Amino acid sequence: MKVRQIVNLLKATVITGDEFLDGLDIDRCFVADLMSDVLARSHNFGILITGLANIQAVRTADIADIKAVCLVRGKRPEQAAVALAKEKEIPFFVTKYTMFEACGILYAEGLKPVEE
Amino acid sequence: MAQDLKRRAGDDDRVTRTQEMLYELTVGEVMSDNVVTVHPDQTMSEIRILMRDNRISGAPVVENGKLVGMISIEDLINALLEKRIDVPIREGMTTDVDCLYSDESLVHCIAKFYRLGHTRYPVLNRKGELEGIITKGNIVEGLLRKLEIEYEQTETKVSAARQRPAMRKFFEDVFADEISFTFKYNIVGQTLQHAGTAASELKNALKKLGVCPPLLRRIGVAVYEAEINLASYTQGGEIRATIEKWGVSVEVLDSGPGILDVEQALQPGYSTAPDWVRELGFGAGMGLVNIKKCSDEMDFTSSVPEGTHLTMRFYFTS
Ligand SMILES: Nc1ncnc2c1ncn2[C@@H]1O[C@H](COP(=O)(O)OP(=O)(O)OP(=O)(O)O)[C@@H](O)[C@H]1O
Ligand SMILES: [Mg+2]
Repeated sequence: MKVRQIVNLLKATVITGDEFLDGLDIDRCFVADLMSDVLARSHNFGILITGLANIQAVRTADIADIKAVCLVRGKRPEQAAVALAKEKEIPFFVTKYTMFEACGILYAEGLKPVEE
Repeated sequence: MAQDLKRRAGDDDRVTRTQEMLYELTVGEVMSDNVVTVHPDQTMSEIRILMRDNRISGAPVVENGKLVGMISIEDLINALLEKRIDVPIREGMTTDVDCLYSDESLVHCIAKFYRLGHTRYPVLNRKGELEGIITKGNIVEGLLRKLEIEYEQTETKVSAARQRPAMRKFFEDVFADEISFTFKYNIVGQTLQHAGTAASELKNALKKLGVCPPLLRRIGVAVYEAEINLASYTQGGEIRATIEKWGVSVEVLDSGPGILDVEQALQPGYSTAPDWVRELGFGAGMGLVNIKKCSDEMDFTSSVPEGTHLTMRFYFTS
């Protein structure tokens, strides 16, 4: 699924990286607020959905080769997080949906989980 | 060595370029200029501590601004064997020292390394004053730095795919001499503000050197976890990543407080993360577990209050 489609499904606001949305194809999604849980996945996956609004969410995505980061419940990301996402060219967007709703929507659309 | 390079040239224009650099670069450009020096009146036992703390295996002996000798591990061992560890350096140093001048080209310098067989040379200016010190490692580092700058400049012109293996090849050539290349990062403790930059920078550097993506990711994740731990639980520390012939070794050192029960710390889910760390997304108690999983070998030791020492190894073949 194109990241653009995910943004549309989640009615999300793109904070940075709009220019990459059409070029990125994703089929897996992982959800976490604890970054070590994300880092424990043994291979890279598409998109990270998180409630963590600070720079470490983006840092984690960069280190773990995650393609895009979505913040839930309309949280406002820290400025440093946005700057890093821009620098690393990682699309970063915010949805008003809760974590539960966001996951439900994407699951129904066929995104797959990420194994250990 | 210059001859050798000449013979091999032709199959790869990057190597030809490397060869040219040997003539362009001077000793002064690649030497290290913050040199730990000693005074001839210091004792041999003092130099032992100095070598340990600075992780050096030799130092120039300087008196009144002039180089009067060199002191090395060999000299120290000899002093130990002869039970002369408390004599002044003046009596244990080597006084017949081979030097290099900072304006000499690298080609001359390399020839000297091969001809005389020392591992390091003091570097003087033409007035005879000590300016720095040079090792094989400095030469490699200097060449790599220059190669990397030129590589970045040409990357846009020529396809990156064509350049990258050449960089790797250069590395392999270098490794034939059993030389390693170290990246060092200082990590600030008690704040997560910058945590992750070292891991990110290291990952970038290794990527430029042609390390493959799955290995890059494993190294990145393990170093990131280690960096977060330094920033969260210690007064600060240091990460040293060394590229060796067989792979990458990473050492993570801090200066305390240390861990009482190392076995317990290694258990999945065990965490003492304070609230400020948890608010920033850490404290799952999975960091060390991840490090173990990502690395091919891991060694984790700690003592209270001295500090914690983590060693990770990553093999190119895995
Ligand atoms: N360098 C260190 N110095 C002192 N204590 C440490 C150090 N590294 C780890 N620890 C201790 O070991 C525990 C486990 O560390 P580990 O990295 O596995 O998990 P965590 O940091 O608590 O959580 P996570 O890494 O999953 O975010 C830490 O909570 C801390 O008590
Ligand atoms: Mg940790």
